[in-house]
Amino acid sequence: MTDFRFIGKRISRPDGPDKAAGKAHYIHDLKRPGMLFGKIKFSQHAFARIKHIDTSKAERIPGVKAVITAQNTPEIRIGFLRDNFALKKEKVRQYRDEVAAVAAIDPDIAEEAVEQIRVEYEIQPGIFSPDEALQKGAPLIHENDSRGRARTDNIVPIKFHHESGDLGAGRRSAKYMVEGEYSTPLVQQSCMGTAGCIAEFDMNRNLTLWAKTQIPFLAQRDFNRALSDMGLQDKNTRVIVPTLGGAFGTGLDTHTYEYITILLAFRTGHPVKILYSREEEFAYLSPRQSSQIRILQGCDSNGKLVFRKVEVLQDNGAYTSWGATYPSVMMLPATSLYRVPNVFFDARLVYTNNTYCQAMRGYGNPELTWALESNLDELAEEAGIDSYELRRLNCNLPGETTPMGLKISTCGLKESLESVVKKIEWKKKHKKGKNRGVGMASLIHVGGGARIYKSDASGIILKLDDFGNVYVYHGGVEMGQGLHAVLTTAVAEALGVRPEKVFINPTDTGTCPWDVGTHASRGTFMAGNATLLAADKLRTKIFELATDVYPREVKKSLEKYRKKNPGYQPPEIDFKKAARLENFDIKDGYLSIKDGPAEPWLNLELGRFLRAVHFRSQGQMLTAEAFYDPPNELPDFEKGYGNISATYVYGTQGVEVEVDTETGEVKILRLTAAHEVGKVLNPEGLKGQIYGALAQGIGYALYEELKTEKGRILNPNFKDYKIPTIQEMDFPIDLDFIEIADEFGPFGAKGIAEPGLVPTAPAIANAIYDAVGVRIRDLPITPEKVLAELKKLERR
Amino acid sequence: MKKEILFSLNGIEVSVFVLGHERLIDVLRKHLSLTGTKEGCGQGECGACTVIVDGRAVNSCLYPALEISGKSVLTIEGLQGPEHRLSVLQQAFVDCGAIQCGYCTPGMILSVKALLDSNPKPTEEEIREALQGNLCRCTGYVQIITAVKQAARHLLELS
Ligand code: FES
Ligand code: FES
Repeated sequence: MTDFRFIGKRISRPDGPDKAAGKAHYIHDLKRPGMLFGKIKFSQHAFARIKHIDTSKAERIPGVKAVITAQNTPEIRIGFLRDNFALKKEKVRQYRDEVAAVAAIDPDIAEEAVEQIRVEYEIQPGIFSPDEALQKGAPLIHENDSRGRARTDNIVPIKFHHESGDLGAGRRSAKYMVEGEYSTPLVQQSCMGTAGCIAEFDMNRNLTLWAKTQIPFLAQRDFNRALSDMGLQDKNTRVIVPTLGGAFGTGLDTHTYEYITILLAFRTGHPVKILYSREEEFAYLSPRQSSQIRILQGCDSNGKLVFRKVEVLQDNGAYTSWGATYPSVMMLPATSLYRVPNVFFDARLVYTNNTYCQAMRGYGNPELTWALESNLDELAEEAGIDSYELRRLNCNLPGETTPMGLKISTCGLKESLESVVKKIEWKKKHKKGKNRGVGMASLIHVGGGARIYKSDASGIILKLDDFGNVYVYHGGVEMGQGLHAVLTTAVAEALGVRPEKVFINPTDTGTCPWDVGTHASRGTFMAGNATLLAADKLRTKIFELATDVYPREVKKSLEKYRKKNPGYQPPEIDFKKAARLENFDIKDGYLSIKDGPAEPWLNLELGRFLRAVHFRSQGQMLTAEAFYDPPNELPDFEKGYGNISATYVYGTQGVEVEVDTETGEVKILRLTAAHEVGKVLNPEGLKGQIYGALAQGIGYALYEELKTEKGRILNPNFKDYKIPTIQEMDFPIDLDFIEIADEFGPFGAKGIAEPGLVPTAPAIANAIYDAVGVRIRDLPITPEKVLAELKKLERR
Repeated sequence: MKKEILFSLNGIEVSVFVLGHERLIDVLRKHLSLTGTKEGCGQGECGACTVIVDGRAVNSCLYPALEISGKSVLTIEGLQGPEHRLSVLQQAFVDCGAIQCGYCTPGMILSVKALLDSNPKPTEEEIREALQGNLCRCTGYVQIITAVKQAARHLLELS
């Protein structure tokens, strides 16, 4: 492996100091001159016909600048299937539907005005579970699709299906098989910084939007479409991303509140900000989807997996976001976690009057892995095989192509299993403990982008100034995960400058090249690869110019050096020979010739070189751009086939728990997470990604759940919706990063933002089973559920 | 009706006219444009708004503005050292990877500051206790604890 100057070294993140000083500016902190504050009126009925909206009182309140409804604004359709509207005209289909909005000079006035809006509804009985929605004669949530065609059922028209091998034959060859149904709840992403945006039009009627988004360029496309719906044909949106207080998937769609802010700004002629309160964030923002998953899988008498059947039922809620495409990722573990020859996968998404959902970290993978890895332990039990042995026996291998057509370049599953077994002392502890147990679970995830859109690309521009500084323009989004640290390190390494000389520009569609979005753990992989391409171009440009400029400049240096050091005898250098294109190098911001003598005057400071190139007749400034599109393919999701990512990551987590049989309480004693990462780029950043994901995985496993009643969120605050506090994270965590450099990865690295929370819940559930013989199949694993199962065990 | 309040903010006497229902966080963010103090919930459940009042870490979203009269308030803006340098504590957060999105960070740092001022050598349990009201969704808290321990060590060395 090459020796790296900065890669893999402890380099603090460039945004750290400002964040530590309270100087980073989030949407909450931004103000524009003349800015108004918007507020939304939500329906608070899950299914109803809107009869009448009376805004007269609200309009009369001093300080109110506009009150808008679907009646007095153009229709804006939004969403993955365009089945949602910015403001609802005839019907509300979920408790959080937007029926009106206000812009006022002060947030308190806006709130008061919203309270004064009266809406008359004709309430209809709603549907609150997929099972109900699928029943014959169930009322239709949507009577028509976005093109006006009549609908006949509540099934969302997106298909995800996979069949490979011969399921029947697989089943016949199975000696052991286990079927189980597993479910996962609605979960709130819980960004510490709530959602919000500012919209502002200029007098050319172009829009600037400061947005909490992970997809600035797809958002631009969505908003431009909305502008044209508003009669602003050919007008443009510039999306600027401020510092984000977390995102975790909430920025993968454009949101109703953003379109409403745009409508308010256009109506009032002022910049308008809408900011969600914590309660609004919980109650009116889309959470992670819930799921019901049925799995049947079997192995032969030796423990070799012979078939797997997976059926997913997903409550889509009332509208369809990108999050509805969770099954596109669910297919990965279903078909490609462990070697299994005959696979059936099918997912059905169903409209209900529940809140519609969106992406959250892991995107369907935690859901499916929960089911799969729980079921695998049950199968091991049935077959009388140690569950670690079963996993090892069916381990994926580098170089294989899985039933879904995933081309596994490097694969660290075997290593990660072995790491966990050793560190958690599996052999000593598994099946030994009384009320104490160990469990493990593994994962596969995309690690080299994920083509879910026509393009999976990412662009970058590197601009040099007169002082040897590098300005980076990249369309990816820093949301806390450390993208800017990776970019800084990658640029410094690839170009040969010091990290302090690298400046990352804010993400802005007006200045940065296109990027599909920061999702699917693709930030590092894309930014890194794009950087390598652009840095290479820039170095080549520099070296081309250097053949002429370098000898001239260092000769000047030599003169000065001689004046300071009289009597100095310089070594003979044949610059004709030395100053060849391929003989240059840049290190720590100095241009030099390879294998040249170690004379200080031979190191030409990059800034000086750049000035020499700039300030002459026909001078020039140096910039390079690159557009990296990874070698992956857009799968055919109806057939469930295609190499969605350039590379994949595997990993295993092991956990030891203690179960209090009196209370049902589960205490984590320790956790070990072994993840293959390709190459560690930034050790502290990487650890932080895994630690943070583990905490989210633990919350998912043990207590996080949005509770609903007839479509209303019942626990819209941190008191009733518990996320892990520092008190819960009170056990030792052992991280093991398996480095197998990947040929496609920048410096060998793979994406690793999501995997940390994927197998945590099943590992915990498996440990609980090991401890007390109780199998929970329904997340979260609350003490009540454990206790109820313990009671059942006793009675047996 | 607006009422004048006088208090010490980061060592400087200030006067602000406030409404009866306003909170300390409104005084800081709205009236004085000190946006380093963050609002994460407005209900005392997340700790993002933590500031130090008379040496104690409090949730500024629950603190009535009128009650701040005559008291001494320290916010994140008052923590940085001379010549635009981070304090030892802030630097430890940066160095240990204790910051991701950073939204919880100012509140977290002020809770730690209140702890270390009164207890320069806290045990891990004491650190957890002091930070149990500060939610962080990004870090899983591990590197935050490392940062606190490192800061405590460095501060002891300096004193
Ligand atoms: S904003 Fe004060 S505790 Fe959350
Ligand atoms: S760093 Fe994001 S909430 Fe703590």
